[in-house]
Amino acid sequence: MTLDSKVPGGPIAEKWDHHKFASKLVNPANKRKHTVIIVGTGLAGASAASSLGELGYQVLSFCIQDSPRRAHSIAAQGGINAAKNYQNDGDSVYRLFYDTVKGGDYRSREANVYRLAQISVNIIDQCVAQGVPFAREYGGLLDNRSFGGAQVSRTFYARGQTGQQLLLGAYQSMMRQVQRGNVKIFPRREMLDLVVIDGKARGIVVRNLVTGALETYAADAVILATGGYGTVFYLSTNAVNSNVTAAWRAHKRGALFANPCFTQIHPTCIPVSGEHQSKLTLMSESLRNDGRVWVPKNPGDTRRPESIPESERDYYLERKYPSFGNLVPRDVASRNAKQVCDDGRGVGETGLAVYLDFSDAIKRLGPDVIASRYGNLFQMYEKITGEDPYKVPMRIYPAVHYTMGGLWVDYNLMSTIPGLHVLGEANFSDHGSNRLGASALMQGLADGYFVIPYTLGHYIASTPLPKVSTDADPFKEALASTQERINRLLQVKGKRTIREFHRELGRVMWDYVGMSRNEAGLKTALERIPQLREEFWQNVSVPGSPDNLNQSLEHAGRVADYLEFAEVIALDALERRESCGGHFREESQTPDNEALRDDEHYSYVAAWEFTGVGKRPTLHKEPLVFEEVHPTQRSYK
Amino acid sequence: MATMTLKLQIWRQPGPSVPGRLVPYTAEGVSSDMSFLEMLDVVNEGLIAKGEDPIAFDSDCREGICGMCSLVVNGIPHGPERGTTVCQLHMRHFKDGETITIEPWRARAFPVVKDLIVDRSAFDRIIAAGGFVSINVGGAPDGNAIPIGKATADLAMDSAACIGCGACVAACKNASAHLFTSAKISHLALMPQGQVERQQRVVRMVEQMDAEGFGSCSNEGECEAVCPKEIPISNIARMVREYTRAVLTRR
Repeated sequence: MTLDSKVPGGPIAEKWDHHKFASKLVNPANKRKHTVIIVGTGLAGASAASSLGELGYQVLSFCIQDSPRRAHSIAAQGGINAAKNYQNDGDSVYRLFYDTVKGGDYRSREANVYRLAQISVNIIDQCVAQGVPFAREYGGLLDNRSFGGAQVSRTFYARGQTGQQLLLGAYQSMMRQVQRGNVKIFPRREMLDLVVIDGKARGIVVRNLVTGALETYAADAVILATGGYGTVFYLSTNAVNSNVTAAWRAHKRGALFANPCFTQIHPTCIPVSGEHQSKLTLMSESLRNDGRVWVPKNPGDTRRPESIPESERDYYLERKYPSFGNLVPRDVASRNAKQVCDDGRGVGETGLAVYLDFSDAIKRLGPDVIASRYGNLFQMYEKITGEDPYKVPMRIYPAVHYTMGGLWVDYNLMSTIPGLHVLGEANFSDHGSNRLGASALMQGLADGYFVIPYTLGHYIASTPLPKVSTDADPFKEALASTQERINRLLQVKGKRTIREFHRELGRVMWDYVGMSRNEAGLKTALERIPQLREEFWQNVSVPGSPDNLNQSLEHAGRVADYLEFAEVIALDALERRESCGGHFREESQTPDNEALRDDEHYSYVAAWEFTGVGKRPTLHKEPLVFEEVHPTQRSYK
Repeated sequence: MATMTLKLQIWRQPGPSVPGRLVPYTAEGVSSDMSFLEMLDVVNEGLIAKGEDPIAFDSDCREGICGMCSLVVNGIPHGPERGTTVCQLHMRHFKDGETITIEPWRARAFPVVKDLIVDRSAFDRIIAAGGFVSINVGGAPDGNAIPIGKATADLAMDSAACIGCGACVAACKNASAHLFTSAKISHLALMPQGQVERQQRVVRMVEQMDAEGFGSCSNEGECEAVCPKEIPISNIARMVREYTRAVLTRR
């Protein structure tokens, strides 16, 4: 299989315009004859549903939550980037493009990133027009803040609830199309299989999570916008129901999975407090605008933070990276936090935390200004930890947050299965090996509002799509195999709970495939994961029945998929014998412990093809060509 | 770290058409650092180990923003902490040996699906009736073309912060959805972008709210008291004004 990225020719700034013009169009009267399935209602899925509904397609929208408004994009706090240059501080489409390619440590596709930067400005306009209440300056214009990996202020925000406001904007637009009859919503449905007919994605199998019934839906194209797979680590900042199932089932039907080992560990999360913990809570990166990160200079210093004098504190990010300081990209900040804790200088009960201190900012700006910027985050911190960050520095530690890897897509956001498009975090395309803060919201909305309406139209206009019925054999086969898997899960009747397996898998992933990876550890993971999977199928206890609401069964299916998928993450990490972005291989580092890329051997997208559970997947490589941004050793010093 | 033992009375109901009842459980080894939902996770782990059906409850983000969690704790939606969703409520607010009663949202418009899970799709239909600005993608003017005063934007944001959890309905003796509906109406009525459809929006949303079977508002303010985002009841006053004006000036 050769991976054709379908990147158009011509100068980078003109590729998207040329491509749009070259794309075929669907006559307005014909659009309503085409049905499109969209799975997931986060920023990418909801914006796609609304924009395709507006164009007149018949959209069927599915989500696992009780309402499309609850998708996990809602939890994004800090903001959304756009190259508006409203601050007159030197921003441009080219600079956002450049920062994103560099921030991704030269492992993303240039043409996709350039398009993202171009579209970023339209996203802000669109969201403002929808009535999203972005933060404003006193003069009434839009306010910006700074985020990691950039030296300009280009992040638009709505307090600490930017994801919520953008998602509600997209959800409301989508509900407008529901009211007009162009979008039909199917909440509490979980996609359990993709139906491929004559080599094209033509439908899905879902489980109705209320009645337990398996349902099939046919369409002319399927769009997955099902988010990332961070919960493979069990503890992450993702919602507890986030999962890889839809993407994994598509992978098993032939969609290649790209760069699965590119996982982002976010530097500023509330540290783990105990075994019972079900998820980790992020403290927005925006806090690093005003918070200073430090640990005691001396290992084993257990004094309270206020008793440690300035001279005995190590503001290690400011010391090591004077030009970016506390605003280095996430991968750099996370790795440094791990290093100081490994040195025995971590703080708090577990020693697995560093301070994020606002006392200087409070002195400089006053508590009111700090409250207006971060009030809800401070409040959230206090609720969880019982400590007041206005008085005591926050304690933070890295946690799994985002997955840059995902289903492989070409420039049209189409996977290796014709008709199956993948948007948002679920695809792999724009962030390389490290995503910059405030770029996930940008990508989700770019894909849904501004890319898919063009590329899906081209696919539909240029592909013969005979009508299919859900009575067709491929639907029956998919339905039967889904049913069989559910029955198998319920019949194991073992002794261990699903959560025990999930937690154990998460521990293996965190210990060996986490912030820092090495060959021996990855090989250990590759032994442990199949063992755990085998034990799962012999000893898991899934209570209840398949024919009603059964949250254990839902969780079991997701963990079963993770037990297959985790192996591909570890294998991908093992095969990539270089460090880049969030993927840190201990064998490949500079003398001062920064990630050391190996462009000669690894400047490619690793796309894995499914060959069977437990069988080694086949690696396909899409070479990465850099015509604009010449790869250099990333430096934030 | 202190651990506690708690007596729980939890609403169990197999399905919408089957009667439910309170069932006693004991939660042991509860740490004060646990969230309320993590405490229930532990209870469920125990039930699964004994081969019993675990307690069904909704949750997703577990950081207080998705609006999925929906438990009435000791008679109060989201429990005793002000401005806090139940997923952000921590066990340090409870005492060893305490009895805690856990029930679902109760409202005619929110039928029970199973145990502590209810159907809140009525809220989606209220938004679909008019909770949006009718603009298509493409052709939006520059984001800075319409200046909006900071005070206005902040006020709109106060209303827009609603997470759609439905605690307001659960707390109200009339099961009224006035706070939820008025928060969206206020958000859009305050912003210049919402002006064009201001009148038809309020009328349609209020009509849909009534059609869903939510009750009236009798100004008692329980909704505001339990709202995890502390959405003020002044939104309801604004909605009533908006509605009155829209109806009186209807052409």
